[in-house]
Amino acid sequence: MQKETTSISLKSCGKTFKDGTRALEEINLDISGGETVVLLGPSGCGKTTLLRIIAGLEEPDKGGQIIFNNEDVSKLQIEKRNVGMVFQSYALFPNMNVKENIGYGLKVRKLDKVQIDKRVSEMLNMMHITDLSFRNIDQLSGGQRQRVALARAIAVRPRVLLLDEPLTALDAILRDRLRVEIDILLRSLGITAIYVTHDQSEAMALGDRIVVMSDGQISQVGTPRNVYFNPANEFVADFIGTVNRIHANNLENFNSFKEKELLFRPDDIDIVEKKNCHFTGKVKASFFLGEKTRLIVNLNSKEEITVEGKFKDEYKIGSEIALRINTDALIKLPK
Amino acid sequence: MNKKQIFIFQLVFTLLVCSFLIIPVFLSVLAGITQNFFVGIKSGFTIRWIVEVLDLYSETIYLSLIIAITCLFVTLIMGIPAAYVLARIGGRISRFIEETIVLPVAVPGLAIALALIIIYGGYRDFRSSWYFILVGHVLFTLPFMVRSVLAVLSSTNFKELEEGAASLGAPFWTRFSTIVLPNIKPGILAGSLMVFTLSIGEFNLTWMLHTPITKTLPVGLADSYASMRLEVASAYTLIFFIMIIPLLLCMQYLSKDKNKN
Repeated sequence: MQKETTSISLKSCGKTFKDGTRALEEINLDISGGETVVLLGPSGCGKTTLLRIIAGLEEPDKGGQIIFNNEDVSKLQIEKRNVGMVFQSYALFPNMNVKENIGYGLKVRKLDKVQIDKRVSEMLNMMHITDLSFRNIDQLSGGQRQRVALARAIAVRPRVLLLDEPLTALDAILRDRLRVEIDILLRSLGITAIYVTHDQSEAMALGDRIVVMSDGQISQVGTPRNVYFNPANEFVADFIGTVNRIHANNLENFNSFKEKELLFRPDDIDIVEKKNCHFTGKVKASFFLGEKTRLIVNLNSKEEITVEGKFKDEYKIGSEIALRINTDALIKLPK
Repeated sequence: MNKKQIFIFQLVFTLLVCSFLIIPVFLSVLAGITQNFFVGIKSGFTIRWIVEVLDLYSETIYLSLIIAITCLFVTLIMGIPAAYVLARIGGRISRFIEETIVLPVAVPGLAIALALIIIYGGYRDFRSSWYFILVGHVLFTLPFMVRSVLAVLSSTNFKELEEGAASLGAPFWTRFSTIVLPNIKPGILAGSLMVFTLSIGEFNLTWMLHTPITKTLPVGLADSYASMRLEVASAYTLIFFIMIIPLLLCMQYLSKDKNKN
């Protein structure tokens, strides 16, 4: 649908609020045209502030620059930046019905009525909400509101699409379904999209690249695989997925490892026969999750690890198991 | 006592209190349409007194209406932007300003009127025009407009709605007129009715601020009572009721509507 895409470049964008709170350290980030980038981090890490700076809802501190393609938009107000934005609370206009909401941006742009009608029905079709056209906003479910908000943001054919935790307010099943829909939508539009979330599985599923943030700084930028398998630091390792850590010298057969502390994912450890094991432990808790089983294991060294896999046998609480780490999959943090 | 007896007791008590309040009003209205109030209803009904009131005091009725409408207009122009700005700033400063605006309601009307006369009394033309009364009315009614608009504003997430509109390309005035105003309509409506009824019935301030040629309805009413024309004053009250009761009903209906949401 859209051929031309917009790249975004942030140059030393920091943000200090009026009350002196430092929300964002100086951030540099390049996003290429058509890319979907997810800003991921715990609440208060500055991800929403960064999104609002890109949108034009907040101004970066002096010296910060936001560049769309080759155009410096730092001084442009949001209404002139031509960005589509989806808010966490959707911000749908209660004084208008679904159709009027979707058409609002077009009306503001003074398109003629025929064009507006055509574009609005396109959007209604695309989001499968044609039968809701004349509903009021308070007659919509959460998922329907989400679709209207997306349609409204896309209808104006924005240069970039900004999504601020769009799925947080929905229940789990709906969230999964809409996540898939959003993914398909973003790929079919080929639009540059920035998606803010605190949910790592959402980030993994949607992002071409993930920007992991903490304390107003970027911890790591990378593809989901990259961030998952090669976290840049402890924060990223802990925030994305579950990480086990054990001291190598607590192990029974530790001579094969050089590192003092071993970091590995729950599914990178196998239950083996005792003669091949790295260490043994007692099952503290066991959760059958359907596609896999999760065991919480107390090691003899009193350390606790999580083990996940498709175990055929059922391991009773208190039973002893022998474990072997998949040494290729050890997470190595850069020094 | 069983439940039923308690209920009957309460009902009787409530009715007694109500009649204590309503009977004088009812009698007054009755006096306004009775031939001879001292003789009673047997003297027959008449609209003579009402006609007389309209003859003698129609000017005050017009002036009250003009002042109320102008006062409403001014409070709309001043109150809505004020409430909007207060809601935007938020925090301690906003609350301080809000309290300051409300102050004229707490201070006795006479004191405010005196203050106005001391400061502006020297400007003869202004002092003798109905604009002088208008100033008093605006001072007195503005907080009601500001408060009711502010209440609706703070119950809607108007900041986010505005951001949504801005992201779709709407500049400030478009946002304000197409998003903010329509969504605070209930507050504006409630505030307007309040301002209008308060302005029409205002006596304290107006009594001090009026001149013989700028009398409002309530001032005229006081005059007619003072001149011992009980039946005329009563007819006057009746006219006042006819003007004010539909407004009060509207207000009641609006607040019921709001509770439902």
